[in-house]
Amino acid sequence: MAEKVLMKGNEALAEAALRAGSRFYSGYPITPQTEILEYLSTRMAEVGGFFVQAESELCGINMVFGAAAAGARAFTTSSGPGYSLKQEGISYLAANDLPAVIIDVMRIGSGLGDIFMGQGDYWQLTRGGGHGDYRTIVLAPNSVQENVETVQLAFDLAEKYLHPVIIASDAGIGQMMEPVELPDFKDHDINKFDWAVRGCKEDEPMRACQNIYYAKHSTDYPEYLTKKYNDIEENEQRWESYQVEDAEVVLVAYGSSSRVAKDTVDTAREQGFKLGLIRPITLWPFPKKAFAEAKAAKAFCTVEVNILGQMVDDVKLATEGKFPVGFAGNFFAIPDPDEIIATAKALLK
Amino acid sequence: MIEIRFAGFGGQGVLTTGMVCATAGMDLGKNVTWYPSYGSQMRGGTANCSVKFDDKAIASPFLKNVDILCAMNTPSVDSFQGELKPGAVMFVDSGVVPEDYPVRDDIKVVRVPVNEIAHKAGNPRGANLVMLGAMAAHTDIFTVDEIVKAVEKFFKKKGIDNPKNLECLKLGAEC
Repeated sequence: MAEKVLMKGNEALAEAALRAGSRFYSGYPITPQTEILEYLSTRMAEVGGFFVQAESELCGINMVFGAAAAGARAFTTSSGPGYSLKQEGISYLAANDLPAVIIDVMRIGSGLGDIFMGQGDYWQLTRGGGHGDYRTIVLAPNSVQENVETVQLAFDLAEKYLHPVIIASDAGIGQMMEPVELPDFKDHDINKFDWAVRGCKEDEPMRACQNIYYAKHSTDYPEYLTKKYNDIEENEQRWESYQVEDAEVVLVAYGSSSRVAKDTVDTAREQGFKLGLIRPITLWPFPKKAFAEAKAAKAFCTVEVNILGQMVDDVKLATEGKFPVGFAGNFFAIPDPDEIIATAKALLK
Repeated sequence: MIEIRFAGFGGQGVLTTGMVCATAGMDLGKNVTWYPSYGSQMRGGTANCSVKFDDKAIASPFLKNVDILCAMNTPSVDSFQGELKPGAVMFVDSGVVPEDYPVRDDIKVVRVPVNEIAHKAGNPRGANLVMLGAMAAHTDIFTVDEIVKAVEKFFKKKGIDNPKNLECLKLGAEC
């Protein structure tokens, strides 16, 4: 077992991407994810890769598009306002069946918002965000250690489905230091894909990136796309269940707020109130299968750091509208266990 | 659960002190978190970080019932003594926080002339380590030996070999 090191969440994401074989990064600074660029600005050269501080987020995502089209494990990172700017490029990655990893270290608010911890990008991350018929796989780690493991998984899933994968981190996990064990380095062979763009001689078939999807897929494009999304929904739902089976109220939380939600379950049970927790690890596909375990539940309650309760709709869909779904939220900080317990209890009245 | 806040002026090494402290906790086999203040800070204003130790998993890296405050200046005393729980320990630099400075009467205050000691040791930037040494001596979160080991490891990893750092730490532990 590797020795534990104390590492910031953002730096752990960066190091883990290199260990997953990524040798191309282009991005633009924004708090609270700037440590990723800072770290890679020296570290990427040490492992023989390419680091570009682009002139904008648009440029960052489109350079990733180019590197992904060539078969590289490429990634970019941002936070809220900068992530919005990447949407066009992510839509293009999806349309082109290209694997890439995009990390959003969430902060609070719409518009400029503020630089502090938040979970305000759920809707944008899980609904596609850009134009057209697409969604992306969205993974939500909740510790520095899980950051490391999630990056590896993100690249693997991106290549399995030829699809962009988003990591939904947040300032809480990004800025925090925790002990972490790093995995060994893996090699990525940039020449292993037959679809990657390459030069060709006159008598060889063209190897280009087909932006116009109906040219690539002909008339079966709708079937192709439907199957891809159905396969992802069927195979890739991931979650953690904690004390769910006998719980009267089941909390649903991801990322930073899921850590407090888990603590809340313990506190509530010490008081004789049976709480449980479903922690979505994939935000899309939403882990609908997890809700079958909630056999004693009378209500569900999301715990989020935003104002509108962005995950509530997905819980209603996953439970087919049969239960009340509450929202324990707080814009400025992770809700306290006492607040969460009070909100959950009120749902039983 | 132990909750610790390190606070002072930007440049006094409060973030580093927190990291060293968290390293010591990790090496003792505890779960630890470290969290910086990263808001839009004024130059010359306060910087601070939060450290938590626990045998159980730590839910939030943010502090609520603080056990220990290391305050390197008076603005830090003003900003953070309010969050200390009754019986908590507050370490202050006695060179900048006068003896009659208003402090809560339900906490223990340990006054250490950290800057003076660091200057005398020929390591003026080591005031934070003097403070850390005093913290090891006056609390039971780690022993002086354990924090010495953590400091050695931390700076060795950074490629810094300054024997005066350890001297500051040990002088602090004698306070």
